[in-house]
Amino acid sequence: MTAQLLLQTLLSGVLIGLVYALVAVGLTLIFGVMDIVNFAHGEFLMLGMYASFWGFALWKLDPIFTLPLTALLLFAFGAALYHAVIRRIIDAPMLSQIFTSFGLMILFRGLAQYLWKPDFRSVDHTVVEGKVAFAGLQFGLPQVVAALGAVATTGAVWWFLRRTRLGAALEATAADREAAALMGIDSQKMFALAWGIGAACAGVAGALLSTYYPIFPEVGSSFILIAFVLVALGGFGSVAGAFWAGILVGIVEVLGGFLWDPAYKMVLVLSLYLLVVWLRPQGLMGKA
Amino acid sequence: MRRRWAWPAAGAAAAAAAALFPLLVARPTWQNAAILMLMTAQLGVAWNVLGGYAGQVSLGHAAFFGTGAYVSTLLSLKLGVSPWLGMLAGGGTASLLALLVGWPCFRLKGHYFAMATIAVGEIVQALVNGWDALGGAVGFTLPLAESGFWGFVWGRSKLPYHYIALSLLLLTLLVNWAVARSRIGYYLRAIKDEPDAARSLGVSLTRYKLYAIAISSFLVATGGTLYAQKELFIDPGSTLSTSLSIKMALVAILGGVGTLGGPVLGAVVLTFIEEASRIVFGGTGRGTDLVVYGLLIVLIAVYQPAGIVGFLRARWPAREAEPRGAGARGEGAT
Repeated sequence: MTAQLLLQTLLSGVLIGLVYALVAVGLTLIFGVMDIVNFAHGEFLMLGMYASFWGFALWKLDPIFTLPLTALLLFAFGAALYHAVIRRIIDAPMLSQIFTSFGLMILFRGLAQYLWKPDFRSVDHTVVEGKVAFAGLQFGLPQVVAALGAVATTGAVWWFLRRTRLGAALEATAADREAAALMGIDSQKMFALAWGIGAACAGVAGALLSTYYPIFPEVGSSFILIAFVLVALGGFGSVAGAFWAGILVGIVEVLGGFLWDPAYKMVLVLSLYLLVVWLRPQGLMGKA
Repeated sequence: MRRRWAWPAAGAAAAAAAALFPLLVARPTWQNAAILMLMTAQLGVAWNVLGGYAGQVSLGHAAFFGTGAYVSTLLSLKLGVSPWLGMLAGGGTASLLALLVGWPCFRLKGHYFAMATIAVGEIVQALVNGWDALGGAVGFTLPLAESGFWGFVWGRSKLPYHYIALSLLLLTLLVNWAVARSRIGYYLRAIKDEPDAARSLGVSLTRYKLYAIAISSFLVATGGTLYAQKELFIDPGSTLSTSLSIKMALVAILGGVGTLGGPVLGAVVLTFIEEASRIVFGGTGRGTDLVVYGLLIVLIAVYQPAGIVGFLRARWPAREAEPRGAGARGEGAT
């Protein structure tokens, strides 16, 4: 009985951890390519949630079916944001970069509140409802589908970076911007691509979460801190690192809530993070 | 020659204006906004010792602010100790905490350090939030009973708080100025600009960074005590949140990182924007104030990364090289 409960807890940690990982994949990609920490990343997730919500509220479209559309929308948004704002601060000091993205975070939250009110919203009916049971364990179907969707998207990004020419160009720009430029890679295009993919990852995570998580203007704040932890824990710029860190943090979070006190679960997660970066400043899978 | 006196003269004029302000303006809203400006300025100047001069961007300074607020409040509630002594005790505790946190975190550089300090700040906030002996999520309310100097409480009048905030700001500026001119200040700038050269000359990077964080956190904690005594209420959300940490850094970058008067100017402008957009747009409850606030931060960070002091220096360059750090001591309340 207890073993089963423990297994159930562990697996539910893995399920949410995989979604955390997808949010962090976008963040780590942007960081890896441009050395910029994006504080507004949680707002991409928030926008993905609202895109799903409005698709449902206005046209009765299921968030799962509109998911590719949400991804495209957020990709365009991320790339446009790069061209409008981020392009201007590539060579600015770290502090200006931090505060630009911090200002964007406040701006997007304010806009969401202005346009869509601060109320909590939710998508009432989706194709993913109810529970799935196997081997005596029980999980919510939305959570399972969200985790599977997150794994598929993370895998797609990983495949894109490793197996396509464009992905290789992106990785080359991340490794050495100037050398890549000498090889004829347009770094402006690569940066816009990184912001597009980064925003799309967070948007997909938002769409997947919208089937079971409340939607409100400040929802990003619940995810951004964990995303930062994953990026640093996995190693800045490492997609695979963010993925494994997501699973680890998901497990630590639920186990902490289970064995100790739910109020302190973030304390555990953050302490783990501090311990790892103290012992290994480059993170679990980052390059020194 | 004239230029050399321009900045100190402007600073003295601003200090005088700040001192006269509450005598001339009777509106409670404005008086309160002025105190808020002075308090924010003090935090920005204190943050600057570590973030500006040593270049170590901390986004967890709320932990020290909260330490100051909580230590003095607990001492006064449980043991009846005067908050003035509590202020010193809070500062000392914050410095100890800072050394404890700084020692491992200073192994990290740049983004890594900034993120680690966010984590420290969030850990402290989560711990206090869940700890009943520290008031938990509810916080503490200080009694209004004993009015007067030793009690550090004045019922109706805002004036004492204004002058305490102004004195604390001037004191913090003085410490900042003394540090910038001392050997520590030169080492700190060397660490910021040329860490490898500094190390090769035998400067112990970690030691001087620890000096900087100890001084910075002590000063921020005194601001925390003042906040607790002024509001007579503290909870984790108001004294330990990451947004408070970010605000300290924000006023410094807005005014000019690593300059003496920059954070003061930044605090004046930021508090003004914040209060004005809240008064003008806040009533709608639709986040218009956030839109204006966020947009301005983005515009300033993108187009004026050297801050207000950088902008002023570019317009009126000093004819003679002035000692670095002896910049403007900006306005306090106007």
